[in-house]
Amino acid sequence: MIRRLSIVIALVSFGLVFASLVAGYAERQSPRPLAEGYIRLVPQELGAANVVTGILLTYRAFDTLGEVAVLFMVAASVGLVLGGERPPRGVRSEVRPDAARPSSEIVQTGTQILVPLISIFAAYIIMNGHLTAGGGFQGGAVIASGVLLVLLAYPQYQPDLEFLGITESVAGALFVLAGIAGLIVADGFLDNRILPLGQFGAFFSAGAIPVLSALLGIKVGCELSVILERFRP
Amino acid sequence: MISRIVLTTGLLLVLIGLWGMLTHRNILRIIIGFSLMGTGTHIVIVAIGYVANGTAPIIDRALSVSEATSRAVDPVPSALAVTAIVIGMAVTAVMLAYAIRLYECRKTLSIDAFTESKW
Repeated sequence: MIRRLSIVIALVSFGLVFASLVAGYAERQSPRPLAEGYIRLVPQELGAANVVTGILLTYRAFDTLGEVAVLFMVAASVGLVLGGERPPRGVRSEVRPDAARPSSEIVQTGTQILVPLISIFAAYIIMNGHLTAGGGFQGGAVIASGVLLVLLAYPQYQPDLEFLGITESVAGALFVLAGIAGLIVADGFLDNRILPLGQFGAFFSAGAIPVLSALLGIKVGCELSVILERFRP
Repeated sequence: MISRIVLTTGLLLVLIGLWGMLTHRNILRIIIGFSLMGTGTHIVIVAIGYVANGTAPIIDRALSVSEATSRAVDPVPSALAVTAIVIGMAVTAVMLAYAIRLYECRKTLSIDAFTESKW
């Protein structure tokens, strides 16, 4: 009873705080000076049409690198928590001998048709991050969704964890090397102007942003696939 | 106007997630509550970056460079939301991994079975 009362009090007080936030909120009529600066500088200096990608992969690319490190840490810690010796799970499958039966033909055929399409879509999202909405993180998540579909349709399928690990490490190392190249050739760590900016709005433009985006997509896709694989019983 | 609706929706989601976390005893439901709360904060972040009559900060035929500074929404909260989504997914993955381990340890997902660190 006291517990329930304290929950109600906590929720009501949070609700009051939020209500005052909403009441005091006024829609901005013009962008903040910082936003205005970014919107002006990204097309001008970096040659990227998508301002958000320009921020993520050049001005704030160091944060993106840290975020990738967080993802790597999560993959490692999920492996640590779920790895090692697990209690045997054979009891259940003995009761239900059909527990390990293969998925139906409809599911398998659907997977065979959908997985190539998902992969192409992921590549499209990754490679057009500097032109339209998209980028490495989003495309990597789409790749992982394709891997999840395969894992669900073929429970016996074993992804090559070693290959995924090596690919991921190489992509991460190349990302850092591109950053260091920016330090030497251009103006700073992870500067995108190590490659020519090209024509604004063209596919090959915005300097190193498409390259960094591709590396990020590969890395995120591999890491999320490893995490998904770990969750398999 | 539209951003106020979005802001309210986000804050309501935060409240619903908090309610779910506080009232439910099943660890999976607590994790779902946590994710709802995270999603609510993402929506709030995006809402406060809105500029009246603004559009996505992507320069193309519909938005020329000259009018971008006056018609585009704030790109910084959008970039922040991408970061927050990825980190939220990472936190959820770790929580689910621990939930699996806790279930293997006690054969139950009720949080009442774990009293060691309760005070």
